Amino acid sequence: MAYSDKVIDHYTNPKNVGTLDKAKTNVGTGLVGAPECGDVMRLQIEVDEESGLISDAKFKTFGCGSAIASSSLATEWLKGKTVDQALAIDNMDIVEELNLPPVKIHCSVLAEDAIKAAINDYRVKNGLPELVAEKSVH
Amino acid sequence: MDPRVLEAMLPYFVEKFGNAASRNHSFGWVAEEAVDYAREQVAKLINADPKEIIFTSGATEGDNLAIKGVYEMYASKGNHIITCTTEHKAVLDTCKHIEKTGGQVTYLEVQPDGLIDLAQLEAAITDKTILISIMYGNNETGVIQDVKAISKIARKHGVLFFTDATQAVGKIPVDVQADGIDLMTFSGHKMYGPKGVGALYVRRKNPRVKVTAQMDGGGHERGMRSGTLNVPGIVGLGKACELCMNEMESEAKRLSAMRDRLQEGLMVLEETYVNGNTEHRLPHTANISFKYVEGEGLMMGFNKDIALSSGSACTSASLEPSYVLKALGLGDDLAHSSLRFGLGRFTTDEQIDYTIEAVKNTVTKLREMSPLWEMFKEGVDINAIEWAHH
Repeated sequence: MAYSDKVIDHYTNPKNVGTLDKAKTNVGTGLVGAPECGDVMRLQIEVDEESGLISDAKFKTFGCGSAIASSSLATEWLKGKTVDQALAIDNMDIVEELNLPPVKIHCSVLAEDAIKAAINDYRVKNGLPELVAEKSVH
Repeated sequence: MDPRVLEAMLPYFVEKFGNAASRNHSFGWVAEEAVDYAREQVAKLINADPKEIIFTSGATEGDNLAIKGVYEMYASKGNHIITCTTEHKAVLDTCKHIEKTGGQVTYLEVQPDGLIDLAQLEAAITDKTILISIMYGNNETGVIQDVKAISKIARKHGVLFFTDATQAVGKIPVDVQADGIDLMTFSGHKMYGPKGVGALYVRRKNPRVKVTAQMDGGGHERGMRSGTLNVPGIVGLGKACELCMNEMESEAKRLSAMRDRLQEGLMVLEETYVNGNTEHRLPHTANISFKYVEGEGLMMGFNKDIALSSGSACTSASLEPSYVLKALGLGDDLAHSSLRFGLGRFTTDEQIDYTIEAVKNTVTKLREMSPLWEMFKEGVDINAIEWAHH
């Protein structure tokens, strides 16, 4: 199975690898997946309290090239969006952008889950109710 | 494939196109002669009689023919087969098929080093046991079973011993007499021969072994395997066996030295483990786990230049971690972090140097990107985290 050029590009030059201070109240952290399943993604957002925009996003991923690319792309898309806009990112957008084959769709699902988990962490820290995620189809 | 094998095969496609089973014209005789010669070359490599060689389409067919063939032929003696959990799918799935038809199969677990427990093997034998099927060398870890000891136990209890020796024949000395093997399968492409051709050894003396044919037809190959012989393929297999016979000893030394150098070069990385017994191991194989890095992601760092696999090629269409490594007791997480390195006749020292550097750099880069590596470095107990299994 050949990887798409976009997956290879994100894998070779991943964007926004790193760690934000999870103790800060304006940082939301999502940790999804499991080592036994072969993918773990940690995605973090930092929200600018003045503007309400996501000012920074970082990830670290244990997984295949498609999982790394999905999370790298997600961090790129998150920056500059409001938290509500970020919630609208759909895994199928990632599938399309990266040309993921059917066996790798779960990587995009994981990235969407990571975004939602990071947003929820941010919401809870800031006294907002947790959003109940509609269960994505794996 | 070795170019010398291709050279031997070429005349048998167009120039010498005869059917080895055509007895009435010279074209057939030429083909028959070529097949006879190849049969001798194959037999010589494993110290068998040429009459004991059945040509097949490869090791998978040999596994099916040996196991199903013995199961059907010896049905009056019993219906129990013993094998182990790290066998190739061609053996495991054949055994599962047999279970569906009413047979009994014991799947022995292996020890953490990949070797079966001989006492457990002997204890599993019942008065219904007709066959022990244990592979010679494992395709993922390279672990070599104690074949002599297994055949001794089989003999003692009057049970036949079959071994899938696809990874071993042509790589290390395999002697069906000294090893006490009753049936053995192997294939051309694992020994620098062509794909789609292999052989099944079926013992003719002490004891005389028979298998029920799984393909009915013209009664080729002593009635055990009907079907027009793949003459060019068989000629290629014969040539490949001859080359291995002459070059195996020096090749094994060269490959194990390179393999050891590769392994030492990679073991300088932290949290890196070799899987399986390293003393009883095929010279060209190393299976290594790089903890906190996922195998498929790791391979992507150098798959343009190096062909490696995580898990075996036969199962790499699935996202499941290797069942062989899991049978050795590795957790799913570590099994996901493993690569199988296979060296061959055409591997060079420069390629080994390149591989060491490429793997080291990629592991280091991916660990920088791995949340698990970060947790490990910070002393977080990864097993204590409640992971959402998906």
